[in-house]
Amino acid sequence: MSGVLVVMEHRGGTWNRMSYEALAAGQQLATKLGVDCSAAVLGVEIEALASELASKKLEKVFTVNHDLLGTYTADGYVIALEQLVKQAKPEYVLFPHTYQVRDFAPALATRFQQVLISDVIAVHDGPVFVRQLLQGKLNADYRHTGSGPCFVSFQAGAFRSDAVEEGTAAAENFFVQLTAEELRSRPGELFRESAQTVDLSAASVIVSVGRGIGEQANLGVVEELASALGAELAASRPICDNGWLPMERQVGSSGQTVSPKLYVAVGISGAIQHLVGMKGAKSVIAINKDENAPIFEVADYGVVGDLFEIVPELTKAVQSARS
Amino acid sequence: MKIVVAIKQVPERDAPVHIAADGKWIDEGDLNYTINEPDAYALEEALQLKEKNGAGEVVVVCAGPERVQTTLREALAKGADRAIHIEADDLGSRDTLGIAQILADAIKAESPDLILTGLQSDDLGLGQTGVVLAELLDIPHATIIMQVEVAGGGLKVKRELEDGWFQHVEMSLPALLTIQSGGNKLRYATLMGIKKAKTKELKTVAAAAPGAPAIALERVYLPERQKKTEMLTGSPAEVAAKIVEKLKFEVRVI
Repeated sequence: MSGVLVVMEHRGGTWNRMSYEALAAGQQLATKLGVDCSAAVLGVEIEALASELASKKLEKVFTVNHDLLGTYTADGYVIALEQLVKQAKPEYVLFPHTYQVRDFAPALATRFQQVLISDVIAVHDGPVFVRQLLQGKLNADYRHTGSGPCFVSFQAGAFRSDAVEEGTAAAENFFVQLTAEELRSRPGELFRESAQTVDLSAASVIVSVGRGIGEQANLGVVEELASALGAELAASRPICDNGWLPMERQVGSSGQTVSPKLYVAVGISGAIQHLVGMKGAKSVIAINKDENAPIFEVADYGVVGDLFEIVPELTKAVQSARS
Repeated sequence: MKIVVAIKQVPERDAPVHIAADGKWIDEGDLNYTINEPDAYALEEALQLKEKNGAGEVVVVCAGPERVQTTLREALAKGADRAIHIEADDLGSRDTLGIAQILADAIKAESPDLILTGLQSDDLGLGQTGVVLAELLDIPHATIIMQVEVAGGGLKVKRELEDGWFQHVEMSLPALLTIQSGGNKLRYATLMGIKKAKTKELKTVAAAAPGAPAIALERVYLPERQKKTEMLTGSPAEVAAKIVEKLKFEVRVI
């Protein structure tokens, strides 16, 4: 058992952008351990993806081609990857921490009596894998103590995709035994609820509101600030879940990814799922009553205090500065 | 239809974070506990499915020390029919597989049609217990579910994907679903519900001895700031003036 295997994700021939981040993580871990790094891609008509991988610094590229892997199912992926891992015998199996990986990788690890170390943000010598706990308030060091392969998934943005090293790799077709009867779920087509009419990704200033606002009737406070700044109004997930603002104004892993010049986070604690959607902002101002809120870790300017006192003052000050 | 809901008791969201002396977790002395939020949505979904069907049973299961009985009683007060407490004081020394195993042991005996749980916990956030549980019970699963429809002896569920995409998935029963927050509106326990909960069955079962864990949490610590944050202090008016200065001269949006 040796080496690192990175399981790449794509949809219909287009890479998930996090796949290359996981690949960078895999190459760096392999270098640290002095072992080889390989990659695997599953699906149908994946030759172009495989040949792209063949130009990276990898030992092997496993092409797992099967009609039943054309559309993702947890069963199909678990069965195929169980066979691949048993034959290739990697010591580490790495994934991007996508919604799809969350759906099958824990079951795959269970087949080997192992536990996926999920949503990892850094790797230290050992190797020690760093994860976030309590919605990002704490970091934790995890170590693999099992005797089988070590399964790890990486959080979006933890590694840089442009750090992937070029090179050459040998492509290898891997044939899986898989029958339609083994797939216990029937996936439908992907769809979106409604046409997105709000494109937050183009906004240069965003005022975003979270749980701290308390109730819908209080939203006026942040709406006034947004209008004073000429900003788009956005929100964290709980606000949209409650129906206080439409879903299309949600920033985060299940909503939009934004990179404005200025992001003002009002009453947002900064759960990981929110941070991945706004980490690209040039400047971040956070206003929150909890000084330990993880939003302050990514903020350039922080204010600890009552948003109902601070935001109206700020709106007034912005208005008079502009007039 | 018999539905089992696996719930977890976690520290409240605004709980004080003081690292414990052993450096492996936070001080539990000053913590208040509550139901893990995604699990509350799983319970809500189960109660609504039962109400829609007009028949069935909702059983809540929770592993942990004696204090988790409070959370189970709250679930009974909201409308669950029975509760099972898997008594274990050593959850910290069990990994996801170990915890899914003791849940599987308790749930197997119930032979449910459907198992629901939250997509992840607010404390450890590994987001795996449901999927591992389905694997141990050898039943199909789907994750990050927003809506559940029971149709023709099977299920049709709406699964959330990234960037505003969704997908319907169908499967036969028995099955396990991990539920996303926000799909339903959570109910409060009524006075009548709280009264009734006192007479409902809360069974305690022992957890099997833990095996050797496959992963270990070695230490916890406060994260280093990714950016150097400048904290602005003063009265609200002073803070507002300082922010405007930054917006003018640093961020340059005014």
